[in-house]
Amino acid sequence: MTAPANAGRRVFLVRLTQGAALAASGGLVWTYVLRSEARASPFALRPPGALAEPDFNALCIKCGQCVNACPYDTLRLATAWDSRPIGSPYFLPRETPCYMCTDIPCLKACPTGALSPQLKDIRDARMGLAVIDIENCLSWNGMRCEICYLTCPVRGRAITVERRTGPEGTHARLVPIVHSDHCTGCGVCEKKCPTQEAAIKVVQADLVKGDMGEHYRLMREGITPGAAPPAPAVPPAAGPDRRPAVPGLDVLNQGL
Amino acid sequence: MSEHALDRANPAAGRPVRLYTPPASLGGRLWSWRYLILRRVCQLGVLLMFFGTAHWGWSVAGAPLLTGNLSASEFAGLIPMTDPFAALQILLTRHMLATEALLGVGIVLAFYALVGGRVFCAWVCPVNMVTDLAGWLQARLGLANVLHLNRNLRYYGLALALVLSALTGLAAFEWVSPIAMLHRELIFGVGMGLTGVAGIFLFDLLVLKHGWCGHLCPLGAFYALLGRTAQLRVRFDARTCTRCGECIRFCPEPQVLKLDQAAAAGMVASGECTNCLRCVPICPEGSLSFDLRALIPRHNAQPLKPD
Repeated sequence: MTAPANAGRRVFLVRLTQGAALAASGGLVWTYVLRSEARASPFALRPPGALAEPDFNALCIKCGQCVNACPYDTLRLATAWDSRPIGSPYFLPRETPCYMCTDIPCLKACPTGALSPQLKDIRDARMGLAVIDIENCLSWNGMRCEICYLTCPVRGRAITVERRTGPEGTHARLVPIVHSDHCTGCGVCEKKCPTQEAAIKVVQADLVKGDMGEHYRLMREGITPGAAPPAPAVPPAAGPDRRPAVPGLDVLNQGL
Repeated sequence: MSEHALDRANPAAGRPVRLYTPPASLGGRLWSWRYLILRRVCQLGVLLMFFGTAHWGWSVAGAPLLTGNLSASEFAGLIPMTDPFAALQILLTRHMLATEALLGVGIVLAFYALVGGRVFCAWVCPVNMVTDLAGWLQARLGLANVLHLNRNLRYYGLALALVLSALTGLAAFEWVSPIAMLHRELIFGVGMGLTGVAGIFLFDLLVLKHGWCGHLCPLGAFYALLGRTAQLRVRFDARTCTRCGECIRFCPEPQVLKLDQAAAAGMVASGECTNCLRCVPICPEGSLSFDLRALIPRHNAQPLKPD
């Protein structure tokens, strides 16, 4: 029997298919590893100026120059099999928080732009967002603590202390409240929180932050959270038919 | 000289074939290991500079001596260096690198294009020490390869890394690279990344000699392509060569020592040559030497010194 005339082509096609199958299966395994590494992102607090996670993961070259530049040894690189994406910088506030250097040396050290030079003022950094476990917070349980408020580098803006009435028969409470429009996620509060396990923790903001949507935002016009309700449009008239100055009632009745 | 060697007298050279005999004296041995020692000094020196900067605050003129790692670094606060292969993968994820990183890519590309891309492999990469140890141990223990792989597999790995970078939006090799893992964890803290290197060591020792560096490593493949323009090369003087084959026996990339091709080119031209210079001291005839590419034709035309 003679070899078919197209034997060479057949061999070539078989080889081509084998190569493609090898590349595809290798590529699939490789992609699986990549994706499972990148999925760990929500558990890493990034240095100041870090881009949104997908962009940060793509641009960070894992060189550790930010780690070397940090004067407080706050930053570290994730090792392999860490619960955070391999080789990328992160910090654990309970161990060492970000002390918010005004010259942002970590960002200046970044060669790739994964830490964006667009961040000029460290107070505009959004490394994460502090959230309070009010079940374990000393202040929320009626004790005088307020350490998070007192140690906050953006004091009086990122965390405020407000008065809340306690349950029947107890005194009033002074409770800390975090404001996301000022919290940088530096984690000093988490470091200083005196409870055994911190009752205030910094997490990536999008894990805990909601969004009302446009519809509700419209309803809130004129009311800023924490501020005193605006003065009634019509001063309550003196006399027996005086209406009670219920906060918000005037707003609800506006335009009627 | 053994009879066996005499039997293999090379008609082309018309001279008896001598095999390499290690020098008897310690001084002679050390001299024959001179490039090996230099390579280890260079590899460990680079590692030490990174480590000292990270942990002991080594600095020069007020700036960190060598900050970062092999992926990207800065020397003396002035000279940025960026792994060009890592940068290429990042660019393929459609993200633009900042100027400093791009400048670093240019510097590294220019350097290795001149001295030979795989000079990185033999003189800088920390994995080389691990795989050299595995190779030496394999020979010592007389272990045989249990697997044969095509040495061109690394180029397919290289291509796959680039394709996957574009598809997944992540620098595909950088996220799994055992080289980066080893180097990073040696400098910034040890974790399970060392298991990757242990895997390479066992693979090289028990499965295939020079399996990682010589067959699979995509970074080595990248530098092999870059090394085609190398100006530092191993000169080959075909007139004195007796084809004893000792260089091929010692070479971690023996396919680069195709002696007919080398004779035609007057040198080891392949980009896969790592310029490790193992072959130079062991050549019994002194036919191999380290030289500048531009001077090779002239040196090969010089009259031979009489023995």
